[in-house]
Amino acid sequence: MAGSTKTNITPPRWLLAELTYSCPLQCPYCSNPIDYANYQSELSTEDWKRVLTEARKMGAVQLGFSGGEPLTRKDLPELVKHARDLGYYSNLITSGYGMTEEKILQLKEAGLDHIQVSIQASTQELNDHIAGTASFEHKKTVARLVKKHGYPMVLCVVLHRENIHQMPEILAMAEELGADYLELANTQYYGWAHINRDLLLPTQEQFEQAEQIAQAFKEKVAGKMKIYYVVPDYYEDRPKACMNGWGTTFLTIAPDGVALPCHSARELPGLDCPNVNDYSISEIWNGSKAFNFFRGLEWMKEPCRSCDEKEKDFGGCRCQAYLLTGDMYNTDPVCSKSPDRHRIQQAITSAKTCASSNSQEKPLIFRNSKNSRIFAKN
Amino acid sequence: MKHSQNQILNMTITPDQPIKFSPLHRLQWEEAQQKYVILYPEGMVELNQSSAEILKLCDSTRTLAQIVSELEQKFDTTGLTNDITAFLGVALQNGWINQN
Ligand code: SF4
Ligand code: SF4
Repeated sequence: MAGSTKTNITPPRWLLAELTYSCPLQCPYCSNPIDYANYQSELSTEDWKRVLTEARKMGAVQLGFSGGEPLTRKDLPELVKHARDLGYYSNLITSGYGMTEEKILQLKEAGLDHIQVSIQASTQELNDHIAGTASFEHKKTVARLVKKHGYPMVLCVVLHRENIHQMPEILAMAEELGADYLELANTQYYGWAHINRDLLLPTQEQFEQAEQIAQAFKEKVAGKMKIYYVVPDYYEDRPKACMNGWGTTFLTIAPDGVALPCHSARELPGLDCPNVNDYSISEIWNGSKAFNFFRGLEWMKEPCRSCDEKEKDFGGCRCQAYLLTGDMYNTDPVCSKSPDRHRIQQAITSAKTCASSNSQEKPLIFRNSKNSRIFAKN
Repeated sequence: MKHSQNQILNMTITPDQPIKFSPLHRLQWEEAQQKYVILYPEGMVELNQSSAEILKLCDSTRTLAQIVSELEQKFDTTGLTNDITAFLGVALQNGWINQN
């Protein structure tokens, strides 16, 4: 087999369909690209149906409808129905904004399997501040309706410095709402969260205290509520096994039809991420430059290349390496073996200084079209 | 929270109550993988053939003993009680099945 270093390609299992970048909320940690205003076009209903069909044929089975706010797409019930007919297990990832009981029933009828509602905080004041929109009471109503109509209820709270102190109240709220699953997602610093990092990154003490409370709660509700806890990798010494390995499991389709190996990948230079308007899903998955770019372990530099943990974490996240070191081939700087680990330390220190200075010079940059157009120009 | 992944809960199958597959999960044949899987929010479990055979009988009409005898007949064997009971205990803990 001389010369054959080709990595064995596994089929996609999870499809993330980002239906739109439009969203009535303005979360300053939103993972959408900061220059999303550049990408205005949206796939048609027929294109989405074709994407779903082709990916399903290859083996995708978990499907997330996300965005932006997917409820802003009028064809959502039609896409949900198509997904159900194909045998997907589908999830609506929503802010709850614009959701009504009627829509919940209509989507259930169409075959939606579960709904993940995000809440920004445990109090109205903070929720509405973070979301940039008055939405707290409505979100709670939506969560109750989701439960009432027999969906598994998944509550998602993104954690950061502004709300992490509310951990006990957040947990109590999840219990009160009857969540079956609670996703406690420490902010991952990409997109909007990256530019707001000084204002969002909690201190290590805050994080550890919150984690302890969550851990005790997890034990208390075992068997009743499942907790998914996403760690803030800045406080870890090994990176996350990003995407379960590049091009092994996850396929994201952006609103304009660009296929991404991870939802931040369009920020990486030179990948030429393909568009579903030009290629079939199997051409994209198997043959495209972007999906083969970091497949396997051959692309690695030191220290990953000769590290005995490389099959465990695949060298971490490419987007994080790029954002923090400027070179997407580098070891994820979260890793304590990375020569760039000091950049994480700098970020932590900088956020801590910002927190203690208590100054108002640097306001949160909210995720909205006005702000996005500024980044789109540069 | 890497610390305590596997909670040991004291959950066992009640012998005289029928067993039902959870409405919050879905059991489905996957053509691409040539196996049964359980689907639930954010997750998927691939099943081997015997686990799938057991779960398919959890349709809220059969009790533990009925499932055992049906499978023993189907596979023309005896002595499956312990294996099936153990597997259903795990299934109960994972919330894949319930009894009320
Ligand atoms: S994170 Fe907030 S702003 Fe971004 S898409 Fe979700 S709800 Fe909208
Ligand atoms: S050096 Fe690379 S492969 Fe080794 S643990 Fe760190 S990130 Fe993972």
